[in-house]
Amino acid sequence: MTALLEVRDLRVAFGAAAAVDGVSFTVAPGETLGLVGESGCGKSTTALALMRLLHGAVTGGSAHFDGRDLLALDRPAMRGVRGAEIAMIFQDPGTALHPLIRVGEQVTEAIRAHQAVSAAVARARALDLFRQVGIATPELRLRAYPHQLSGGMCQRVMIAAAIACSPRLLLADEPTTALDVTVQAQILELLQTISRATGMAVILITHDLGVVAGMADRVAVMYAGRIVEMAPTAALFAAPAHPYTRGLLGAVPRLDQGWDDELPIIPGSVATAIAASGCRFAPRCPRADRSCRATPPLAPVAEGHLAACWHSG
Amino acid sequence: MSTKLIEAIGLARHYRLGTRVLRALDGVDLAIGRAETLGLVGESGSGKSTLGRTLVGLQPPSRGSVRFDGMDTKGATGAVLRQLRRRRQLVFQDPSGALNPRMTIGATLTEHLRVQGWERAAVRARVPQVLAAAGLSAAHAPRYPHELSGGQRQRAVIARAISTDPDFLVADEPVSALDVSTRAQIINLLRSLQRDRGLGMLFISHDLSVVAHMCSRVAVMYLGRIVELAPREALFAAPLHPYTVALLSAVPLPDPVRERSRNRIILRGEPPDPADPPPGCRFHPRCRLASAICTRVDPPLRWFGPHHAAACHHAGEQAAASAAGGPVRINAGRPAEEGGAGQMR
Repeated sequence: MTALLEVRDLRVAFGAAAAVDGVSFTVAPGETLGLVGESGCGKSTTALALMRLLHGAVTGGSAHFDGRDLLALDRPAMRGVRGAEIAMIFQDPGTALHPLIRVGEQVTEAIRAHQAVSAAVARARALDLFRQVGIATPELRLRAYPHQLSGGMCQRVMIAAAIACSPRLLLADEPTTALDVTVQAQILELLQTISRATGMAVILITHDLGVVAGMADRVAVMYAGRIVEMAPTAALFAAPAHPYTRGLLGAVPRLDQGWDDELPIIPGSVATAIAASGCRFAPRCPRADRSCRATPPLAPVAEGHLAACWHSG
Repeated sequence: MSTKLIEAIGLARHYRLGTRVLRALDGVDLAIGRAETLGLVGESGSGKSTLGRTLVGLQPPSRGSVRFDGMDTKGATGAVLRQLRRRRQLVFQDPSGALNPRMTIGATLTEHLRVQGWERAAVRARVPQVLAAAGLSAAHAPRYPHELSGGQRQRAVIARAISTDPDFLVADEPVSALDVSTRAQIINLLRSLQRDRGLGMLFISHDLSVVAHMCSRVAVMYLGRIVELAPREALFAAPLHPYTVALLSAVPLPDPVRERSRNRIILRGEPPDPADPPPGCRFHPRCRLASAICTRVDPPLRWFGPHHAAACHHAGEQAAASAAGGPVRINAGRPAEEGGAGQMR
């Protein structure tokens, strides 16, 4: 299948600090790709780079979306893509919405930015979107301000605005992290329903391995600006090949097992231990040796399963 | 000497919002034993933090009382109050906000102990000891919070809390702001403190998986009330309250096979406004078992066994449903222990 999005060797640097350091991946139409990793690993920066929201911090690479390189488009062309063909939702829906504008207006604004329709048509469409994302009494809610809505409701508004122009790709950056667990379940179900019904592809950025386990078709694990492992979801959880992935999976307390066992830990933290050269995980890795002084390439370990580790072959 | 370390009796805490009254805590009865860790779970706005803060005496209750070690804490003054503060400590969610950014870790610990009346010489000896107990070293004392990682900052907050040798600790979402790998380190640290120091603990978390690893007994809160209270084995394997069932089924499992084969209960509707709770059972608008009685009569917390209580008119029916393939199959690795150390009603 041809990829909807093909990212090649994406590089982002803030001053001297490389936030994203040569990231490559593809997303197929209708596919949900989970992008996981801990804070500072570059997962949000990757999404912002694709949306061209980083103002010149992108230092290299390409991102072909439906034949066009997003990173090379001129600004008007990018404006035509952003919000229309690729949409994005954020972690904190409370701050992503404008606090002084009624939420209905924020959704109609998203519609009218890309479609030449009258205010009345846009309003009718917003009402329809509110129903689609499961907002009760949508006529009333259109007139509400963000502070009058709960976090879950605000995220539904964000999703309504994001899908207003039927995008082919949605970048969802920790869309449920700020929400309660029962509301998280509602929002994830909603995203899954929309994606199945419309064939919209999703890049789901999260630190929660439970969320990707349920939602993603494939998972890319990031560490310190690089993808260290990428695999179909079932394979990643059944046979993680990179020591970091294994460490992450082991360190998650599980509801269904191991209550009284000491949790296995990954020693140190990203902030205090990043190798200057070679494998960036080496300082925290139980398997590190001399070979790890050279950077390991992201190489196949099984069908569709890639890992960047000299010891995972 | 009572085996109850701390006890909440009919505890209520109300906040005035203009003309309305928000009942953040609305009649909570609860006891925590010595060296027992009670998990407190619930969604935002359910009153978890208010309960924690009221138990350590950061704010007075509007009604009801807190008994600590057999003594009513109300009206304590002078040396008694200082002892109560020494013995009840708090660990916060966000370690960056809980530490003064302009004080070194050592200065923060010193101030904490000096306020408690410790002599300078004793403080100098004490600081490296508590840093070590929290998994830091004396080398961290001259550092400022911004020079530490998130996990190290939380260790510093824990060091401060245990520096006065408390008997009771309220840990309010202590690992929620931390990354996965750091979270495991802090959970292990708290478990070793619990074990080695015989700390009684109220462990507040919205994350049921973390609670399963930290606590022998769990209380579930909904809109200012405790709706279920049980040993963790019973709560996770055979929950009685439909809200607990929904909460458990909503927890994502890091296992694609089980995650995709689960029968997930998605709650309808939004959590209601705590300043305007529904009549009758507060959960009834979102409950799939709700019947006529639930809209009228507020169910009290009833006992369904020596250690298992729930506030639900239909709790029995729910038990039958969970016996026939409950929300989470548990392989806890060890047999369930009923009535373990320090456990009580």
